[in-house]
Amino acid sequence: MTTTLESPAPPPAAASAPPRPRRARRGARELLGGAAVQLLLWGYAAVALAPLLLMLISSLRPEAELRQDPLGLPVRPALENYTTAWTQANFSGYFMNSVVVTVSSILLGTSVSVLAAYALARFRFFGDALLTAFFMAGLMIPIRLGVVPVFYLLDNLGLLDSQLGLICVYAASGVPFSVFVLTAFFRQLPVELEEAARIDGAGEFRVFGRIMLPLVRPALATVMLFQFIDLWNDFFFPLVLVDREHYTLPVGLTTFFTEYGLNQSLLYAGLVITTAPLVVLFLIATRQIMTGLTAGIGR
Amino acid sequence: MVRAEQVVAEERAAAGPRSGGRARASGGGRAKGRPPGRRPPVALLAAFILPALALYTVFIIYPLFSALQYSLFTWEGTRQAGFAGLDNFTRLFSGVYAERFWRAFGHNGLFFLGTMAVQTTLGLAFAVLLHRSRFGKRFLQTAYTLPYLVSPIVVGYLWSLMLSPQFGAVNEALRAVGLDALAQPWTGDPQLALPTLILVNTWQWIGFPMLLFSAALAGIPEEYAEAARTDGASGARVFWHVTLPLLLPAIGIVSVLTFIGNMNVLDLVYAMQGSQGAPAGATDVLGLLFYRTAFQNPDLNAIGQSSALAVVMFVFIFGVSIVATRVLRRAEERLR
Repeated sequence: MTTTLESPAPPPAAASAPPRPRRARRGARELLGGAAVQLLLWGYAAVALAPLLLMLISSLRPEAELRQDPLGLPVRPALENYTTAWTQANFSGYFMNSVVVTVSSILLGTSVSVLAAYALARFRFFGDALLTAFFMAGLMIPIRLGVVPVFYLLDNLGLLDSQLGLICVYAASGVPFSVFVLTAFFRQLPVELEEAARIDGAGEFRVFGRIMLPLVRPALATVMLFQFIDLWNDFFFPLVLVDREHYTLPVGLTTFFTEYGLNQSLLYAGLVITTAPLVVLFLIATRQIMTGLTAGIGR
Repeated sequence: MVRAEQVVAEERAAAGPRSGGRARASGGGRAKGRPPGRRPPVALLAAFILPALALYTVFIIYPLFSALQYSLFTWEGTRQAGFAGLDNFTRLFSGVYAERFWRAFGHNGLFFLGTMAVQTTLGLAFAVLLHRSRFGKRFLQTAYTLPYLVSPIVVGYLWSLMLSPQFGAVNEALRAVGLDALAQPWTGDPQLALPTLILVNTWQWIGFPMLLFSAALAGIPEEYAEAARTDGASGARVFWHVTLPLLLPAIGIVSVLTFIGNMNVLDLVYAMQGSQGAPAGATDVLGLLFYRTAFQNPDLNAIGQSSALAVVMFVFIFGVSIVATRVLRRAEERLR
């Protein structure tokens, strides 16, 4: 900032008389402006973080305390809300369903995508460009609008009200994005690598699994991370496609809120349980998430 | 959710022969950086491609075409009763369906305009301010982006708890600082409900335009602004005449993504205002209307009717996105 302030070339003629007071005044204004900017930036940081903090704090307070003073701190951290939510309100079940469905969907979706991406990036065949375009078309499709046919499709396959049905839909929904990112990564790898391996007698799948796959690990992590966020948070497909026994956390929350609507501290605990795994993930992979969000812009 | 890469990819896919020509001229080969590639045996190719192709076709593409087919039939429960032509569509735009449709459509429009006015503007402002400040930049960016991780359902419930008129933290805080007059029934007042939703949605998503604009700003060479300043331009002039035009592509992408996101909004409204878009439909949006038409509809023809709505929404959202991306790309090429 200081360099840019001083960079305007000093006007040679008028340089003698006015510059000193002017620069001082400008410096003061600049300082004041800078303070206002910092105030705004940190003020909004408070706005962004306060609700999440309040959610955590309120989940640790007994209901009676919360009613009296919604903004107070916990006198002594109470974990009852969590045990009640976990056992009585069936959050243990929702949590397990979420873990099983999310993890399986990511594994299935990413596995098929990485195979297809490899072929699309490294092989030449009839209709390869068309096939790439076909996969890319899925990037902008609002897939929820197909939910009624999906419902009857799963019904016909006997997959309605099952985790497997949900997993298939979720895995498929991640394919366009994963294929897109992974294809781009595979294309960047030098051809010499696989050629050398093949000369050494490695088969097609060996080249793929031993040589190429490890090289796209960062891309795999990005792809899986974003699928995790999307799928863990989704509530629409479980709402429509599975019964209560198979509800994931976000849908579980909807029944939880109608049943325990009057017990606010308990509700807060439910919200924290749903959110905690994502926050943990975020703390582990902040950098990857922040850069992944803006991939393709700038540079 | 739709991310930046997706639109960029779509842009490239939609670019067609023109940008293909550009790529050939500059890079050689069909796609930039693409190795020559080998012609593999069919069985091998199938082993690599078929799993993804099957999964994607069966669960994503086929249902969309089915929806189109469903919309052209009259349904009796789950049985197709006969070809209906465009009857489902005309019914969608007449009588009580039309009333609900246009009301929800209007709310989506307001949602988009409100989000553009608040979220995009603030996101740009934060990006510009953060671009120049060093102190705590990483922390601030992370803080702004953190709500993006949280499920829209959680965000909706969290804010409805906080905005509750009696026990909510927001009104309590307002009263604590003597702003009792501002303590409103935020989600219960038909006038306030939609703006409240827009603000809550902004709270969740602001990190996204902020990060996109930050990345775009980082890609602008510092020399441009410096040159303008050397010529005596003030900070505001530099922003309006140098920085902002260079940000136009990013603004375009953010607008398209905001449009897609806002047109599909459902979870947040469902959590805060229920499936009817309370109070009295003041926050009803197309996503909710579609959900109710499909799954909470006593009409025997629910499938036909909801499929027609799905087709209309699909054509509108997809169509506008494609056209907007093309127009933006043209404008960008002209600027260059």
